[in-house]
Amino acid sequence: MPDNSPRNPAFTADWVVIVIFLALMAFGWISICGASHEIGDTDFLSWSTRTGKQLVWMSCAVLLGFVLLMVDDRYFDTLADLLYWVMIGVLFITPFIAKDIKGSHSWISLGSISLQPAEFAKCTTALALAKLINRYGFTLDNMRNLAQAAGMVLLPFALIVMQRETGSALVYLSFFLMFYREGMPGSFLFTATAAVVYFIVGIRFSDVVVPMTHTSVGEFSVLLMIWLFTAGLVRVYCPHTPHATRLFVWGGTATALALLFSHFVIPFDVAWVQVGVCIGMACYLGWQALGERAGRYTLIALFALGSTAFLYSANYTLNHILEPHQQVRVRVLLGMEESITDAGYNVNQSKIAIGSGGLLGKGFLNGTQTKLKYVPEQDTDFIFCTVGEEEGFIGSAAVLLLFLALILRLVYLAERQTTKFGRVYGYCVLSVLFFHVLINVGMVMGLMPVIGIPLPFFSYGGSSLWGFTLMLFIFLRIDAGNKPRLA
Amino acid sequence: MANELNFSNRKFIIGSIVTGVIIIYLIRLFTLQLMSDDYKKNADSNAFRKEIQYPSRGLIYDRKHRLLVYNESSYNIMVIMNDQRGIDTLDFCRTIGITKDFYIKRMEEIKAKTNYSRYTPQVFLSQIPSQEFSVFREKLFRFNGFSAEKRSVRHYTSGIAAHILGDMGEVSNADIEEDNYYQSGDYIGKLGVERSYEKQLRGEKGMRIMLRDVHGRTKGHYQNGKYDKAPIPGKDLMLSIDSELQALAERLLEGKLGAIVAIEPSTGEILCMASSPSYDPRLMVGRDRGKNHQRLNSDPMKPLLNRAIMGTYPPGSTFKLTQALIGLQEGSIDPTISFPCHHGFNYRGLHVGCHSHASPISLIPALGTSCNAYFCWNLYRLFSNRSRFKSTQDAMTRWKDHAVAMGFGYKLGVDLPGERRGMIPNAQYYDKAYRGRWNALTVISIAIGQGEVTATPLQIANLAATVANRGFYYIPHIIHDIRGSQIDSIYRTRHYTLVDRKWYNYVVAGMRRAVTHGTCHSANLPGIEVCGKTGTAQNRGHDHSTFAGFAPMNDPKIAVSVYVENGGWGNTYGVPLGALIIEQYLNGKLSPESAKKADAFQHKHIKYADYAR
Repeated sequence: MPDNSPRNPAFTADWVVIVIFLALMAFGWISICGASHEIGDTDFLSWSTRTGKQLVWMSCAVLLGFVLLMVDDRYFDTLADLLYWVMIGVLFITPFIAKDIKGSHSWISLGSISLQPAEFAKCTTALALAKLINRYGFTLDNMRNLAQAAGMVLLPFALIVMQRETGSALVYLSFFLMFYREGMPGSFLFTATAAVVYFIVGIRFSDVVVPMTHTSVGEFSVLLMIWLFTAGLVRVYCPHTPHATRLFVWGGTATALALLFSHFVIPFDVAWVQVGVCIGMACYLGWQALGERAGRYTLIALFALGSTAFLYSANYTLNHILEPHQQVRVRVLLGMEESITDAGYNVNQSKIAIGSGGLLGKGFLNGTQTKLKYVPEQDTDFIFCTVGEEEGFIGSAAVLLLFLALILRLVYLAERQTTKFGRVYGYCVLSVLFFHVLINVGMVMGLMPVIGIPLPFFSYGGSSLWGFTLMLFIFLRIDAGNKPRLA
Repeated sequence: MANELNFSNRKFIIGSIVTGVIIIYLIRLFTLQLMSDDYKKNADSNAFRKEIQYPSRGLIYDRKHRLLVYNESSYNIMVIMNDQRGIDTLDFCRTIGITKDFYIKRMEEIKAKTNYSRYTPQVFLSQIPSQEFSVFREKLFRFNGFSAEKRSVRHYTSGIAAHILGDMGEVSNADIEEDNYYQSGDYIGKLGVERSYEKQLRGEKGMRIMLRDVHGRTKGHYQNGKYDKAPIPGKDLMLSIDSELQALAERLLEGKLGAIVAIEPSTGEILCMASSPSYDPRLMVGRDRGKNHQRLNSDPMKPLLNRAIMGTYPPGSTFKLTQALIGLQEGSIDPTISFPCHHGFNYRGLHVGCHSHASPISLIPALGTSCNAYFCWNLYRLFSNRSRFKSTQDAMTRWKDHAVAMGFGYKLGVDLPGERRGMIPNAQYYDKAYRGRWNALTVISIAIGQGEVTATPLQIANLAATVANRGFYYIPHIIHDIRGSQIDSIYRTRHYTLVDRKWYNYVVAGMRRAVTHGTCHSANLPGIEVCGKTGTAQNRGHDHSTFAGFAPMNDPKIAVSVYVENGGWGNTYGVPLGALIIEQYLNGKLSPESAKKADAFQHKHIKYADYAR
């Protein structure tokens, strides 16, 4: 099919993104120099060094991007399904033919180089999702459609979990951000966020006791939140009714009375009263459901009950279902345990590396934490440490701002797409990038659990670099193809 | 399509989420990198291994540039556990002379240390003398993982001057707290000049900052050694003592308790300072130091005590020199006035005994024969002189000021640790002791250096030096020169007494008289004009035998004090010993008769029943 644009897409492509892409890659290479450099070594270019290899990967990535810009963008739409299922097939057979690398079965060797199919499956999944959602009459506020789209995400997710690459698998959850943009009900995101908050607050403060009671701060705050959220949801979804005010006043009064009683008469576990308030609210809403707007009242009632049940099951899950080493990770992350030697060691050393950088950093190749191998995985997952240590606050803030600029630019580009296909695909790309930055940088700074996923365009390795380049430049090509049609 | 538009607002929510997360991360970065430097310190302590390089300690010479103390290598045997594999343990143990059980025990101890690392050298055995080490060195290549670290230990060319030279020991926690130069395991001067000149002798430690990786392996110099510091060697000391004189003094005191101190009057330099009993300083180095120290410390004769500066004795008749000077200055006597002496001082029922000599007697013969009565009259007249002093207390205060100005009653400030101040009573002291009811007669014994008055042999030698100088002294000091530095200016400052120079000439004449016609006759050396004063300090047991003198009279080169506990008359030990010291120093050798005499004194031991418990 001949391209009907009069101009070469390499010129109409969005150069802002390309410049940021090149800048991130260059910055990344400098950081890899710092991280993999051995003292006294001055060779950065030969094939035997990781920096030399990365240079080759980078050149290939640039070449790949350029080639992609030359491809007719309509092929992507046409081949999306095919590519998706081919990748699913590859992911399915990968665990059987892959070598065991540190317990993970995700690498396929092609001659002298190894590739990780999971990195490329993100791209095909995004294309297939875009094609699916682009179908006429497909909306994500329809539960059946939502289930279909979710299935398309969860299939590769499950296959990658089977390769024991939980980190890479979790990346697929980022597509739900795109779902939100495309009409998935916001209450889904709200509920998911609420669950995370309950979990963290409930467990983090489970051993602090509210003064003059027998209730832990964690339990008390979460139950308080459930009461407020429930009343708030009623306020938002059932406006112009007296129910929100009633739930608010009665729940608040009962809790306050319980606190006063515990304080002045007999100290007791106030949580019982709060649980009673939650169940009472659910009953009240259930009774309302018998009247009008049955669906909404039922759902909010279920939210109240579900949240309460979640709080008590979260504790149980942590202490009885998770493996001991996973329990430790959660506790260390929540700051409940100081573990300098085991799970907390890596994060502690990486915080030391970043923290020791100061404002301007120690200078190129002068980082001691990274160069002397105190930080593990320093040129892959923990690459951001090197930036923090050698380039300081200025350098690391610049990197974060570059990522922010890239993602916001992609939001802008996605929104200007003429087709739903382009927009959905654009959101997929930016969601994946955002998820990687969120988890990777958060992990290195001790704000997120240790989940081994690379920092886009920074971390050493061909697979991830090419995977991201592929995703990004397909989008740039789609965007470039739109422009002439717009004009 | 209406729905579509609604959802399009969600781009703002997504944009805000992304922006929000990045802002949170920027804040986190800010707190990590800019709010605290704990992380910086942490990274430094991770990565830097500060390798301390020990400077060589300064050498110690005597005034004639004869070497007294030097350094010799000793070795610490180190082990890196990670590399120590498959060695012939039996051969190893035999080579360094330990048992297999000790080897196993030592290895366990090393592994149990708090900062143990299998990649860094750990001390296996310390302070192996170089002779023993040479055997081990030949076989070292066979013992994988073992290495040697060179440290130095002090060595002494001879067994003299232990109290002056002092010794070194491991720093105590108090030392580390006081001066953060030291680290646990460092050595510091504990006694003698090793301690008083520690700062000059020790030099400055150097440091190499090495980078250390996560396994504790060294990865080279930090910033190519830009921040490394080379050690600065310690400064050599040249002491003022003459080692031959010192050796003679120690020989003469053999088998006796006491001290001999000689000072060069024109500089205040201490020419010799012997204290007996002494010990061999070579006992105090190496692995047996602790054991030997323990033994010396529990000896009832107290060999560790430097009696020359720590022993406070009644000065006895040598103190009469001060009394004569005070009396002349304050007008209670003049060179012509005579006092009666009928076997002592008799007044208002008080009797202070004296030996027989002509009477009445004037100042110069009184000094020559050491007449007690003369000096009792002197003190009585001084304290009763109401035209000069309003009260006895006033007179006493004046008397005390004189004594203090001559170097008594307070520490002189010699550059050796542990000096004692002696005792010069003042009016308040007697007011308290006698509830205000006392007069010259009550305290008359201070006139002859008895009673409450005590002094160290150094203070008495300083008195002799002051008289030799006719009225001033330099604080006695053991240091002659510090290579590349200057000795403290307090040792180059004259201290004048409160007595005019003219009065000193009469006292010098008296001291000369004592040598030519009086109590110090045996100090009358041919060709040397010796001036001297004996002392027979009364004691609960046998009297102490003392001497203070200087020579030559008109160009004094040496001032001496001798103090022999329970030696009897001043003449018995004090005078002959003092004469031998003067002869040795001024002639550079002893005449044959004197040498014979010296041998005789060396072998003349005093029995100390009091100590033989």
